[in-house]
Amino acid sequence: MRKEKDALRAIDVTKIYGEGDMAVRAVDNVSFGVRSGEFIALVGPSGSGKTTMLAMLAGLLTPTEGVVKIAGNNMNELSEAKRTRFRGQRIGFAFQASNLVPYLTALENVELMLRINDTYTRKNRVRARELLVRLGLEERLKNYPEQLSGGQRQRVAIARALIHEPDVVLADEPTASLDTERANEVVATFAELIHEQGRAGIMVTHDLRMCKYVDRVVQMVDGQITHIISEPEEIERMAANSEFQME
Amino acid sequence: MSLPLFLAVREIWHNKGRFLLISMVVALITTLVLFIAALAEGLGNGNREYIENLSGELIAFQADVDLSASASRIGRSRLNEIRRIEGVADVGQVGFANATIVFDDGEDPLDVSLIGVEPGQPGDVSILRGKPLRGSRANEVVIDANVAARSEIQVGDTISIRTIQGASEEFFQLYVVGLSSGQAYFLRPSLIVPFQTWDKIRPQGVNERTDNGELISNIVAIKLINPDQTVQMGRLIAERVDNLEVADRKTAYEAAPGYSAQQSTLDTQRYFSFFIGILVLGGFFQIQTLQKVAQIGMLKAIGASNWRIGLSAMLQIILINTLGVAIGALGSLGLGATFPPAVPIEFSRDALTTAVIALLLIGPAGGLVSIFYLLRIEPLTALGLAQ
Repeated sequence: MRKEKDALRAIDVTKIYGEGDMAVRAVDNVSFGVRSGEFIALVGPSGSGKTTMLAMLAGLLTPTEGVVKIAGNNMNELSEAKRTRFRGQRIGFAFQASNLVPYLTALENVELMLRINDTYTRKNRVRARELLVRLGLEERLKNYPEQLSGGQRQRVAIARALIHEPDVVLADEPTASLDTERANEVVATFAELIHEQGRAGIMVTHDLRMCKYVDRVVQMVDGQITHIISEPEEIERMAANSEFQME
Repeated sequence: MSLPLFLAVREIWHNKGRFLLISMVVALITTLVLFIAALAEGLGNGNREYIENLSGELIAFQADVDLSASASRIGRSRLNEIRRIEGVADVGQVGFANATIVFDDGEDPLDVSLIGVEPGQPGDVSILRGKPLRGSRANEVVIDANVAARSEIQVGDTISIRTIQGASEEFFQLYVVGLSSGQAYFLRPSLIVPFQTWDKIRPQGVNERTDNGELISNIVAIKLINPDQTVQMGRLIAERVDNLEVADRKTAYEAAPGYSAQQSTLDTQRYFSFFIGILVLGGFFQIQTLQKVAQIGMLKAIGASNWRIGLSAMLQIILINTLGVAIGALGSLGLGATFPPAVPIEFSRDALTTAVIALLLIGPAGGLVSIFYLLRIEPLTALGLAQ
């Protein structure tokens, strides 16, 4: 078990949907922690409970049992409004379908986090622009999402997830709609920024090949953690040998 | 720019065509509502203007004629009976008839209401330009603003009036001494003439006689010493003078044939237009919200609060609605200005203000359902999950 220095800690987290005979334990007594500057992958087949776990880590779903702590704050104890504000300030999101706002340009999509957090200052706007330039989108700052490729959209989503300097960055299948080359580019950049900026990153993915960019792999099956792989060689071997995506 | 306003404006700007379309729908509804309001005002004024502006608080009608001025006959001898009642300041005979102004230059004749009043007595009109009527028998006339608007007649002109006397047309020359504000009666512009002149030139049947040669008017305008005592004085006069019914001005013009039915029909049309506007806007914004469920869930997931998202949607509705109302209102006023004076369209400031305020409220009212729906969208939808 990791200690309080973890940026994120899940302690005995359980999520049960339904009641009585219909009850389903989507997540069953899961505990793990992620340090600042650490990037982990949450893998598992469909129905393993990884997305439900991600939703609880994000404070979008309340655990039936157990606690999720981010930077020492118990998410369960926050009111709905405070949890929303907390998410805006302390958590960064990159979603499966990038989920950019269609009527905002790439730059405006990134700046959106600054507006949500009332930190829309000249200095931060410059940072947003620099981040997108760094992600190779210098020529695309004023393009709308519909004018960007899938990989470019995902890079904008990564910039949006990081611009407000969150403690934790959560990514839900960030490579789902990308080809292998673009997927590798996106996750490599994501991992680089997480390590460089010292964020705690959690990526839910089907694609085990993307695990080569993470520091630890947490595998879930039927709502429980079955393996935690921390050794770089073992992770490398798993990523190299997996020519498939988990079903 | 705040987050709600930023999101609202950027979405509108990005989808200009779609939002302009709904603004144009609002503009058309606005035009419809304002024209119905203006028509109600114009028709209402055409029926009530003279009575509404009457210099007297009460109007006496012959009893049992349902306050119909055209059916009412009141002899001059009754005037003294009314005048003698304590609390009555003054009285005046008023008669209504139809006449036609004919023009020498070939211009189309103008049908008018011919109103006979006793100069200086209740029922006489106030003058904007020129002089008031003087003697009871003088061949003088005061034209109202409606006549001035629909012809080129000016103070100082002599006009020719055509009426039917017996079975033949007769023409009378009247000298225009003054101009009054609008005094339309029975949907016609008005000429105000001294009562005895009116009695002479009004259309009359063959051998039509008044009882004992007595001057007969349609109504009697009554001025009270205390204008606040209309109810008590109305009751008192009706009790003291036989065969008389007394009403205040509002009751009198509302009792005019067809007036209430006409106004309530137009009001119903107006309310239906508002209702249609609420449904159209409500439907549009509800569809808009349904198309954005995932996006709204995402905004909530990344930290945008419910109230900011709700406010953004409300601002969007208000902006689109206000734009539509502004286009519709300006368009209506512009279109209304091109209509000839004969068309009873009147954009009064009060009616216009009331209609515009009501129209500005239909947007938020219509959008309420979509806002409630939007507030209930869960951020979990961003992850493809829902509770």
